[in-house]
Order: sequence, then structure tokens, then C-alpha cells
Amino acid sequence: MAAVQGGMVDAKDEADIKTEPASDGFGNNHANDSRLLSESPGSSAAAGNSKPAAGAPEDQQTLLAVLQFLRKNKLSESAEILRREAGLPEEVLDPKGADSAGSGLGGSADVDGGDASALLSRVTVPAPGGAKAPTKAGEDQPDVNVVLSAYSQQGDPALYQVYYNGLKKFIESVLDCHRAELSQVFYPLFVHMYLELVYNNHESEAKAFFERFSGDQECYYEDDLRILSGLTKKEHMRGNETLLDFRTSKFVLRISRDSYQLLKRHLQERQNNQIWNIIQEHLYIDIFDGMPRSKSQIDAMSGSLAGEAKREANKAKVYYGLLKEPEIELPLDDEDEEAENEEGKPKKKKPKKDSAGSKSKKQDPNAPSQTRIPLPELKDSDKLDKIMYMKESTKRIRLGPDNLPSICFYTFLNAYQGLTAVDVTDDSSLIAGGFADSTVRVWSVTPKKLRKVKTAADLNLIDKESDDVLERIMDDKTASESKCLYGHTGPVYGISFSPDRNYLLSSSEDGSVRLWSLLTFTCLVGYKGHNYPVWDTQFSPYGYYFVSGGHDRVARLWATDHHQPLRIFAGHLADVTCSRFHPNANYVATGSSDRAIRLWDVLTGNCVRILTGHKGPVHALAFSPNGKFLASGATDGRVLLWDIGHGLMVGELKGHTDTIYSLRFSRDGEILASGSMDNTVRLWDATKAFDDLETDDFTAATGHIHLQDNSQELLLGTYMTKSTPVIHLHFTRRNLLLAAGAYNP
Amino acid sequence: MADREERRFAEVSRDSVKLMAESTGVDLPDDVAALLAEDVCYRLREAAQTGSQFMRHAKRRKLTVEDLNRALRWSRVEAVCGYGAQDTLPFRSVKEGELFFVEDREINLIELALATNIPKGCAETMVRVNVAYLDGKGSVEPQGTVPSAVQTLSDDLHKYYQQITRAILGEDPHLMKVKSVSHDLEQLNRLLHMVKSLVQNPYLYLGSYVRSLVSSVMYCILEPLAASINPLNDHWTLRDYAALLLSHIFWTHGDLVSGLYHQILLSLQKVLSDPVRPLCSHYGAVVGLHALGWKAVERVLFPHLPAYWANLQAVLDDYSVSNAQVKADGHKVYGAILVAVERLLKMKALSLSQSADGGSTAPSGSVAGSMGYRVSSPGLSPPSEPLSEAVLGIASHLQAGGAGCPWEEWSPVPLPAMYSELYSFFGDSLAVRFSTGPGFGSYRPCTPACFREPRKEPLGPLANPDTARKMPQLTANLNISPREDGSPRTDPPPPSLAATGAGRSSSSRPGQRSTGLSRDVFPKARFISPQSGPPAFSFVIGGRQMGRRCQGRRPFQTTFASTSSLPTNPPRAYAHKLPVIGRVGKPVRRWTCSHYSLYLPL
Repeated sequence: MAAVQGGMVDAKDEADIKTEPASDGFGNNHANDSRLLSESPGSSAAAGNSKPAAGAPEDQQTLLAVLQFLRKNKLSESAEILRREAGLPEEVLDPKGADSAGSGLGGSADVDGGDASALLSRVTVPAPGGAKAPTKAGEDQPDVNVVLSAYSQQGDPALYQVYYNGLKKFIESVLDCHRAELSQVFYPLFVHMYLELVYNNHESEAKAFFERFSGDQECYYEDDLRILSGLTKKEHMRGNETLLDFRTSKFVLRISRDSYQLLKRHLQERQNNQIWNIIQEHLYIDIFDGMPRSKSQIDAMSGSLAGEAKREANKAKVYYGLLKEPEIELPLDDEDEEAENEEGKPKKKKPKKDSAGSKSKKQDPNAPSQTRIPLPELKDSDKLDKIMYMKESTKRIRLGPDNLPSICFYTFLNAYQGLTAVDVTDDSSLIAGGFADSTVRVWSVTPKKLRKVKTAADLNLIDKESDDVLERIMDDKTASESKCLYGHTGPVYGISFSPDRNYLLSSSEDGSVRLWSLLTFTCLVGYKGHNYPVWDTQFSPYGYYFVSGGHDRVARLWATDHHQPLRIFAGHLADVTCSRFHPNANYVATGSSDRAIRLWDVLTGNCVRILTGHKGPVHALAFSPNGKFLASGATDGRVLLWDIGHGLMVGELKGHTDTIYSLRFSRDGEILASGSMDNTVRLWDATKAFDDLETDDFTAATGHIHLQDNSQELLLGTYMTKSTPVIHLHFTRRNLLLAAGAYNP
Repeated sequence: MADREERRFAEVSRDSVKLMAESTGVDLPDDVAALLAEDVCYRLREAAQTGSQFMRHAKRRKLTVEDLNRALRWSRVEAVCGYGAQDTLPFRSVKEGELFFVEDREINLIELALATNIPKGCAETMVRVNVAYLDGKGSVEPQGTVPSAVQTLSDDLHKYYQQITRAILGEDPHLMKVKSVSHDLEQLNRLLHMVKSLVQNPYLYLGSYVRSLVSSVMYCILEPLAASINPLNDHWTLRDYAALLLSHIFWTHGDLVSGLYHQILLSLQKVLSDPVRPLCSHYGAVVGLHALGWKAVERVLFPHLPAYWANLQAVLDDYSVSNAQVKADGHKVYGAILVAVERLLKMKALSLSQSADGGSTAPSGSVAGSMGYRVSSPGLSPPSEPLSEAVLGIASHLQAGGAGCPWEEWSPVPLPAMYSELYSFFGDSLAVRFSTGPGFGSYRPCTPACFREPRKEPLGPLANPDTARKMPQLTANLNISPREDGSPRTDPPPPSLAATGAGRSSSSRPGQRSTGLSRDVFPKARFISPQSGPPAFSFVIGGRQMGRRCQGRRPFQTTFASTSSLPTNPPRAYAHKLPVIGRVGKPVRRWTCSHYSLYLPL
């Protein structure tokens, strides 16, 4: 793999320490510590009584809990380092709380080893440990008990309905402008009250409560309600992911100050402690000054498992600009004929410097510095490819509402329902499919067949000085249209070509990510770390790095030459279903089953954006070519458009009737194509969607968006397939749209 | 929200748990079983929920056993083995116990192991590319109306598809070159399915395109496809399916095109009456008629049967090796006819009994409401709008009104007569299959004994009653032709009747004879006007006659008709064309010498 310009790898230890909670957490302690506490078994005491405490002591308690945990797991060195960094006195390391809880975390600590393990285990434990394994339930129990213990305090179960109904009456009676905002309280309140009833073994009351009020909840919570309704016993609460999510994360509501005051006054007047307690303990109310939001504004942003994003969460600066293209000696545009001649033998370097190619010389103020992330140096072959790319782009068709792309459909035949992932190389010369039978197949879609490199013995015979050595090393006997790669032991859910077309990544249900060589068609590395199904993986646009996300609720950043992840992006409350690199490789976006999208800084590992608004698991993400915008598609069939810089939703594209599995912007970003399970490809006018934006300062500051319902105007076309779900889309360098899917008779 | 009440979970009942416990020898108290049942339900839901996650990521809509097994495996629970099939497992139910189960058939391993027809390996997974949309074309038109079945078709099929699409949608009639590619059953099947989806699309107003659709379907029914030459090609299924489709189109969209029914009948009739056509075309005509309902059979097939029968007989009686293929086809036609006439008889009996019960004096057509359309439409009027696509290849399968084949004068034949006539063809094979056969005994006496009985006597031995499978060696056909001019229908017979329709009309029907009595019995008989001319009596004898240069059967026909009463019916017979069935190459004229006619005034 390409050499790295240092830095990154050395910084690994430091970075690991700084993974998400450390940075994210100190900013907004209030939100985070409840999670921290609940996740660390040593802090059961703290969880019980520390809720209204101020920031500083809480911090300390968090740290104490972490330290205790480290000690318990015999990671004294890490504990010592952490203690020193936090400036705590030595005696805190006394094992005073050692009896509080057992540790079911032993296994996970050695997964990543070393310094990272402390944070890692904290991150990984609640995810994989919690829900999945009944056999592990015994180990998990203490942990879960801690989580649930907050429910032990209870009021009279018979009065729950009265409390809830009282609040309902009140909210229905308030002024219209406040009603929509206060109605947000219903759902989290309902869930927590129900869980409290269940936890305290009031099964019949819980059922009655559910029956009575579940109908009032917003329809987009239906999936969660379904899970809840099945949950009627305390025993079932152990090991239920949804439940853990509810308890471990504070549900975030955004409410204007006026509305909040109303609610507070009401609850205090009524001495309605039960509800007040829940609001205090389990909800995070993000109060803002100004006009209360309207129902549609609220609906647009809600739906996520943990409520909306806090405004602070999206305040960090994101360098969404593109990196400057390296200056490549390019055949001059005004020497077209010569360029044409060059095409046959592109290896020959042009001595002339060219100014046309470096139009991006001026540094974009929004772009990260060129060396923010160490990127691999360009090899000669990469430069050649860039030249080819630029040549191709001169022939690119300018798309627009009046000039829609042609669509080529790659149909996978005889896939027997087994096609689970597709990727196409950037130059559209290869297509690969991942299948449910654990295989990965690569096809050449050009007349050029796939060939392996000769064996070592044969390679020795080759004249290494010859000009066509690259051609000579290939074994013509192995030429074929497709190659099959065997190695996984479960369905392959994600595949990705490296930009230089020499490698292929595949992620599978077996918990591993594999790197394949497309020269030898063998597996080079198996990256293990997820331990649970890995739903998606993608190479960075500059190669070398890749990101993967899986059922363990974390996304990981890897480098191809490291067997351990460089970063672990933890924060999602459910599976990470898809992960995409920002075009400048400095950020990674992940979509999750918790119905939120997060943007992570690759350098720091921080979560810099939390985007909520989807009402179902997010299955497709796409950055616009200029890096400014993000499009996301979910099982609810909607495409949402996001402004990354402001962290705002800027558009909603309705039309699909089923899960959207693929999104892609055209090369110049004028058209957004979406492919869905409903057997259609739809084209949207991205230019219009983004141009019409008026992101004034107020909107940017408050995050209150006004979405126009203009999906129909933006929809440029709907293209049906025949019983073929569209699971991948790709624009060629000339803006021909390629779609792929398996015929599903 | 409201339906949330109903959307409860599947639950495992306490009894089920107890039952399962008992089957493993554990006796559970009720409360334990109840708790267990509840927990089992919860765990099941949990597994289903996790399993559905695997389904989503596999980009499928169907939850498979494999998904559930993965969920179980990740929960450290043993997977359920043995249900890995990708196809859905059919549930069977036992009515009494409200028990549902997956059928688990025993497999004979020995048979499986020794089987010689080893299934071929699965086809290789492959990628195929085609341009689905050029420059986003089609986005202007509403996409929903065009079935975009393009992606999975190969290149030539894609072109073919486009041609068909355009042909059907009438964009460019010149592209309608179905014939050039359509001797591939596979493609024709595809075409039919496409037609079917077009027809079934409730959002698509087909309008006058129905006619094009019908002609395409008719093509599949009637065309002597090149593929039919190879006996391995199952063009029969194609024809059957096309026939079904035809009736479906007709019943759902028949009102869109006036006179469609008659056009269809005309073209079917033309094929049927054209002995030059191969048997597979005839078969198509028969199944087509059958699919259109018993009325159509009665109206077209039945009158033609006597004439056609002899042709068929000849083919069936030819035991030469070279004839084997044709003979097989003949049997197919025979079977189709049999099925058709049986239904005809049944339905007619039913309709008669119904109309008799209701005391209705309406003509038979009123029995089924849907029939009313047909009867009410002027029987002989040519289609009001001429076929716009008449010039096209396919459209030629739809007869333009009165162009090729005359619409024959038609009058219903009473049931008993019909039965006896059919019986004379099919012998016991008809009686055996016709479940209400015995019931007809009661009708028979109703027919005029004076005329009938003497004829019955010779008929008995003539019709070959010994086996159902065997064709009657000798058939006798007693016919009395009804008077055309006596029919209530006033339209004059088309001028070409004498030329083309003569062979048919010479084999007249026995309706006349039974009119007198059956009118009292069946109101329907009123439909037949009193005869105004002497009845014609045609007598057809098909027998094996070892003549010169005839291998096998050389039938001859005897026609008894009153010379005076049938001026327009020259005693021309179909016989000269007869042997040509299925052997188009043979010269026709040679056989004319086998035609004998006798005129016998009655």
C-alpha cells in the first residue's frame, strides 16, 4: 500500500484516548455522563443520586467510575495514566467500590488491547454485550441492573395513568403555539413510564397503560412501540437493546423557553413528582430562546431513537471544502490533438507544466489543510489515472433537468436472491458483487479480461527492465471475465474498490473485513475487530484508509496496513448500517438504525454532526461532489438533504415507496439519483434543491428549518426496472448512470 | 393507530407449550406453561426482529429461514436445520384441528440416488448490461403505464420488446414485426405474459388497443408456429394459455371494442373450417372457442363438427408411421373438442333447466348475464369500425367483418339433438365423461320417435361403443339442415356463403327434426322458426375403404338433401380437402374422385 507521510500512526495512542466520549463528553457533560455512568459498572451508587449535581463533581465521578473499572480489569497502568491526566489524587484508585458490580467485560478488553482498551471497552460493551447473547446474560446482568436501577424508585402504579392523562390534558389545553412543542414530551415520557411499570413488576398496569396511550404517539415511533408492547416482564428488559438505548441515552428535546416554563410551572404546581422526575432524569431538554417551533418543524427533525440532536452537538466547525488537487502535469487542453496521440502511450510524461489543471489552486476557506490527515503519496499510476480522469471529464455531459442521464442497468442474473452488495470502480471498468453465499465476484465490464499475476517462479523469468513489464507480469492463461473470491463465512454485506483498482474490500456477517488483491485475486488481510456482522465498508477517496460499521454500533477507521482500527467512532445507539467518506477524506458519515446520521472527524475521532429526521434506519448516504451537502436515504423511502456546514436539513425528497439502498450525485452534482427496493431509480434536481436554499443566520443559529414540500418539482424522472431492486448506483466519469441489482423473479 | 389493536403478535399458547413438553415427557403445571409460553413469544419476537435486520441488509423483502437462523446463531441459540430452501414452504392446514404445518414429504432416497435425470447445476451468476433509458427518455410520459420490463431482457429481446411495446401502444405500426421473431415459444410466452400484465393493469386504459392485443393473442392461438414442427416444443401450453388470456381480455375489455366477439368468432371459425391449416391451428381454434364460453362452442364449433370430424377421423385412422406426429396432434385436437362439447352440453343442460325453472321465455342467451351482450349484439352485422391494423400481419388473425369468411346463419340446436349428434361422434367417450349423461335418457324420448327411433337403430351399431379411447371406425351423421330463410335473424346470408360455406351448410343440423316437440319442452326452441322447406338429410359415412393408392382411410361422404330445397347448397363437400390436414404438401385435386354424393328426396 502507499506510504503514509507519517503522523497519523504515531498519533494513534493519543487519538484513541480521545475517541468520541472524551471530547464530545466534556463539552456537554450533562448529556453524556448518564451514559458514562450507566455503562461503567462501578458507578451504581453515582447513578442513583447524582442527577441534578453540577458539572464539575459529575466529571469527577465519571472519571472515578472509569478508574474503578480500569482497576477492576487489572489495567492499572491505564488507570494510572488517566488519573494523572485528570489530576486526581492517588487515593481515588483505592478499590473502594470493588464489590459493587461484577464485570462481564473481560472479553472485550483484550480485543483492542493497550491503552485504548479502557475507552474501547466502554464503547463496545453496552453494544454487543447487552442484547445479543442470552448465554452472556448472566455476565451482563450487573451492568444492566445498574442501567435499570433508576427505575426502582416508583410511585403508585395505579396513578401512572392519571399522571399521564393529567399532563395530556394540560398540554391539550395550552396555547396552540406551545402545544406542538410540549407534545414532544409524550413519547419519551410514555416509554419511561411504561418501562418503570414493567420494571417494578406491575404487568397488568403496564399493559393497561400501553393500551390506553400508545395510540397517541406519533406514527413514526411505531417500530419502537411494537418492540415495547412485546415487553411485559422485567426479565425481558434485560438484554433488550431498545430499552438499554432508552435508559442509557437521554432523550433530547428542543423546546423554547416559554413552553418549557409552562410545563415546569404546571408540573410543580401539581406536585407531579413522578413525571418531573422522569423529565429530570431521562430527558435532556434543550431550551432555546425565541419562537416556539411549529408542528411541521418538529416533525421534520424528530424520529430518531434518542430524540433530536442537541444544538451544541452540531456547533463544531466542519471543513467541508475539497482538498486541493495535486498538480499533475497534464496534457494541455489547447493541444487536443497531441493529447489524443498521447492516449495510446500515456506513460510518457509531459515535460510541460500546465496551468489549466490547477484551477483549484486557491485554497478553499472551508477546506481542511492539505495535511490535516496524512494521505498517501500519489504513485505514477495514480497520476496516470488522474490524467485519464481529467480527459474523461472534458467529455462529460452536463446534466440538468433538460438533459437527463442515460441509464445502463447491470442486472445480476441467477443470483438466487443472494446479491447483497455491489460496487463499481470509479472508472467503471470493474463491477463487483457480494453475495449471501459468502462469495465476492468481480466482473470486468470492458472487453479487457481479468488476469492474475504470474506465479513467483514465472515472474523471475521476466525482464524487469522492459517497458511493458506491467503487461508481462500478467498471466494470460488466467484471463476470464469474472473471478470469484472465497474467504468469508457469511453473507457479504459491503464491498468497496480501492481508488487505484488494485484492491477490494468486503465486509461480512462473519464480523471481518477482508482486503483482496485484484492482481492476484487472493485475500491479503482479514481485519477483525467488529466481532459482529459488519454491514458496510468503504475505501477513502484517497485510498489507504477505510471505514467500516456494523452491528456493534460503532464505526471503525482502519488503514490497510494496520490490523487494528485507527479510530473507533462510537455514539450511535443502534447498528451502524452504512458509512461513507467525505470527498476530502477528513470526515466520515455514518447512518444507523437509530435513525440518526453522524459525521465524525477522522483526525480527532469526534462526532461533529448529529443529523436527525429520518423515521427509519438509514441505509444510504452520499456526499455531494463539492463536499457541502449530504444526502441520506432510509427505509421510510425518503431522501433527506443536509447542509454539512450548518448541520441543517435542507430538503426532503419524497417519492420512493420502499427502502432506499443507493444514492449518488452526478459528477458535477447537478443530479441526485436514488435507487430503491421499490424497483425504481429516481432522479432529482439537486441544483435546484440546493440553490433555493436561504440559510440565513437565524436559521443557522437556531436550527429551525422550514422545509418546502417541493419533492414533485425536484423529481426529474422515475425509471422502473422489472422486478429488480436497485441496490447500487454509479455515475461514470462522463455522467452515464449505471444502476445495478439482481433480478428477483 | 386504530389498527394497532388488531395487530397483535402471534402467540404460542399455553396448550402448545404443554403439548410440546408432554412430547418430551415433561409434565408442566399450568402456571409454568403460561409463563413459558409468554417467554417463548417474547423470544420469538426478538429473534424475528433481529432476523429482519439480516433481511434488510441482504436487501430482500422476504424473511428467510436463513435470516432467522442467523439471528439465533448470534444469540447463541441452536439454529433450526432443514428448512433452508429459498422457496416459500407451503403451509397446509388441517381443517378440523385448525392446525397448520409445513408439509414434510418423505423422500425416497433410493429413487433419488438412482435417478437418471440428474438436475443440471445452477446457472452461473452473471452480470448483463443493457441501456435501460437513453437520455432519460420516457421521463416525460407517465412511466407507470409502460411496463418497463426491459432490464432483464437480452439485446435482441429488448428490441423485440420495444417493437411489441410500440406495436401494442400503436406508436408506429410498421414496427409490428412480431412474425419475424416469434417462432420462439419462449418469446411468445413472454409476449403473452406481457399482454396479461397489460390487461390486468387497472390503471391502463387500453381503449382501442384491445384489438391489437387480441390479434397478438390470436396469433399465439392460431398460428402454425415453426416451433410446432418439433414435437418437443410445448406449443400446446402456449395455445392454452393464449386462449385463456383471450377470454380474459374479452370479458374484461370486450366492451371497449364493438363487434370484437364476432371478429374473434369469425377468425376462429375460418381457421376451423380451413382444412389446409395444420392441426395445431385447429387445436388453437378449439381451445379458443372453448375459452370463450359454451355459447361460442355451440355457435361455431358445433355446426362445424360434422365436417371437421371426418377430417379428423381420417387423420386418426391413419396408422402409418409417417403420420404418427400428425396423428398425435389429431388426438390432441380430439381431446380438446371433447372437452369443449362436454362443457357445451353441460352448460346447455344447466341453462335449459334454469330457464325452464324460471319460466323464462327469453332466448337461451339470457341465462348468464354476460351472455346477454353477445346475443343482443347484432349477430351478423360486420364490426362497426373496420380494423385499422388490418393490413398488418397480426391483425390478419382477426377477421375483418365479412371479408374472408361469411358469418354463417345460426340458430340454436336443442339439447337432445345436440347430444345425440355429439354422441354419434364421440360415442361412449362422451357419455362416460359427461357426468350428467344418464340424465339425458329422459330427454331422449322427447325427440320425435317417429323420426328418431328408426335412425337410432342403425346408429347404435354404427357408433363405435366399445372403448372410449378408440375412435369410432365408422360414423353416421344424421342431419337436417334448418332453413336459413326461416331463421328469426333477418340478415341475409353473405353472398360468399355458397362458395365457402357450402361444405359447412351441407352438413346440416338435426335441429329441425326435433323442433316440433322440443319446443314445448324447452322455451328456447321457440327460437327456431317453423321450417319452410323440406329437411335435408345428410348422411356421412366414414369408413375404411381400401382403394387404389390410398394408404389408410379414404372416407367418402354421402349427402342426402332435397335438391329442390337446397338451391344454394350445392352438394360440395369438404372431402376433397380432407387428407390435406397436416400434410399440406399433397396435391388437392387428386382426392376429388373420392367424393360421391347422392340426393335423396325425403
